[in-house]
Amino acid sequence: MLKILKYSFIDLIRSHWSYVYFLFYLILGFVLLFINNDLSKAIITLMNIIIVLTPLIGTLLGVMYYYHSREFTELLLAQPLKRSTIFFGQYLGLSISLTFSLVVGLGIPFLAYGLIQSTVIFNFISLLLIGSLLSFIFTALALNIAIANDDRIKGFGYSILLWLFMAVIYDGLFLVSLVSFSDYPLEKFALGVTVFNPIDLSRIYIVLKLDIAALLGYTGAVFNSFFGTSYGKILSFLLLVLWVIIPSIRIITSSNKKDF
Amino acid sequence: MKKYILFLFYIGSTNALMSEEIIVCKTCDIASIKHAVKTAQSGDTITVKEGIYNETEIVIDKPLTVMGQNVIIDAGFNGGIFEIIADSVSISGFTLNNTGMSYTKDIAAVYCYRINNFKFENLIINKSQFAILVHKSKNGIIRKNTIVGNAETEAGGGNGIHLWHSNNIEIADNTITGMRDGIYFEFVDNSVILNNRSAENLRYGLHFMFSNYNTYQNNSFENNGAGVAVMFSKFITMENNLFKHNWGTAAYGLLLKEIYDGEISGNQFIQNTTGINVEGSTRINYHNNTFDNNGWGVKIAGGCYDNNFTLNDFINNSFDVSYYGGMNNNTFYQNYWSEYAGYDLNYDGFGDITYRPVKLFSYVVGKTPEAIILMRSLFVDIINFSEKVTPVFTPDQIQDDTPVIDIINKSELND
Repeated sequence: MLKILKYSFIDLIRSHWSYVYFLFYLILGFVLLFINNDLSKAIITLMNIIIVLTPLIGTLLGVMYYYHSREFTELLLAQPLKRSTIFFGQYLGLSISLTFSLVVGLGIPFLAYGLIQSTVIFNFISLLLIGSLLSFIFTALALNIAIANDDRIKGFGYSILLWLFMAVIYDGLFLVSLVSFSDYPLEKFALGVTVFNPIDLSRIYIVLKLDIAALLGYTGAVFNSFFGTSYGKILSFLLLVLWVIIPSIRIITSSNKKDF
Repeated sequence: MKKYILFLFYIGSTNALMSEEIIVCKTCDIASIKHAVKTAQSGDTITVKEGIYNETEIVIDKPLTVMGQNVIIDAGFNGGIFEIIADSVSISGFTLNNTGMSYTKDIAAVYCYRINNFKFENLIINKSQFAILVHKSKNGIIRKNTIVGNAETEAGGGNGIHLWHSNNIEIADNTITGMRDGIYFEFVDNSVILNNRSAENLRYGLHFMFSNYNTYQNNSFENNGAGVAVMFSKFITMENNLFKHNWGTAAYGLLLKEIYDGEISGNQFIQNTTGINVEGSTRINYHNNTFDNNGWGVKIAGGCYDNNFTLNDFINNSFDVSYYGGMNNNTFYQNYWSEYAGYDLNYDGFGDITYRPVKLFSYVVGKTPEAIILMRSLFVDIINFSEKVTPVFTPDQIQDDTPVIDIINKSELND
């Protein structure tokens, strides 16, 4: 599996995608810090970008990479290797390379601007952690889509729809349901719904860091009393991890059943 | 001639009487303050020497100056300490501890009733139900006192400096923490509150009820249950105060309710759940204030007429303005908005396109508070943007036609 992971990783680097992605974060980081020397403000801006961008890149690149390397995968399937090894290796290669671009690309500018001495290092680490988890989650979801659809156009369509649903439509439906049932106490419902979307879950982390003053008003206190405690934090982190585990197990089971 | 000498003698004797000093100490003939007050004549000075005195209910019924030198008076939770019912009394330099509390009467470390011309200075008051309680008095100075309370419930706690039906009082340089309300005014006119620090109080840092023509300046109100409340009052001037970190489910930096003809300028509202909450208030000028990192900068509920917001800075608030009700001649003019995304082509310092401070999302959150959980979602950004382009739900008259490009009140930010 490690060997396949290595091949996928090197393959991605050779195809320049990792470079482009890495350079994007590198430049973004430097530009943000150049314009505004304040590390904490740059982290706030990045958090907003990351919760939208990492899922998008994860899904698109995941689907693209699967279709692109289909022939190589078929070649590997002819070898005496377990299917789970092949697909899991590819998945890890892909998501690790995305995470690598994110972590190193943002790490360099922030280290250059004195992250170590600053007090926001914990915020920065949680930013990278959320970004990495989102990369892992959405790459796994994308591979699930790609394995289920041999038709490339369909696969791309579904993956874009997935991103659109998670990032935008879900919140829209959420808001509509909140407004139309506003006569009822909705705090618990709102908490529950948030937990089922990894992007929302990550966003709440950010909102709790930035807009705590607004969240503390009225019903916000209820949310804060959940997400603000270590119990809530651990629970939501575990849920994000669960979001990684379930799709990646499904990669293995569906690839085992698939007729190539 | 005889008459003249007699007159001189008379003046001399009264002078001697007026300047008499009574010394109280543990080993003196007069070992208690109560005893000293009893023997003193009007206008005497009582100097209390170092030590701990266990006394309660010292009634001062004649004009006296009472000074302490490192004196602690411990009431042992048995009742109030000084009760003043005479004019021209000055009390200074005491540490007053442990008055205890009661649900049936108001116990205070310093209580005065119907007096004129008083001065309470350099007192340290610990663990008392009310610290300084002033009823129906006038022309007083309450200065440089430190009040530390341990109020646990709103019903059981008292206020730091509580004024009722009083007039012409100056409250300056006090520090008040851990009480129910830091400073409380009810039916108090023509008074000033200067340079005080009111923090970590259970309810309000400062509370005005039915009090007119008052001014408060250069005070700081931090971490109070609900900030400062000004209610049912007229002609209040609020200048250069700091409202910081008043967080909570119903917390405001400043709550205005039924206020007429006020002036709010040069204040800083930093990290409050709501900067200013305005209800039923009319003819108020808000200028040169800074709203920085609040949940809501300004919340305007119904019944507000002729409020003018000029030259204020709105910086990084989650919501700058939220608004319910009609326009009612309220205006926003030449403010700085950190979220303003317009341009200034002719370099006159004012943005060329109008800024609308009320977002659709703030309107939605007003209707369904639970929706706050969707803050900073991409979907919310999208609907905010579309609402900004063509306002449908939010009142489109709320706008700043000349938003300022740069932060206006810079020097105050550096304070």
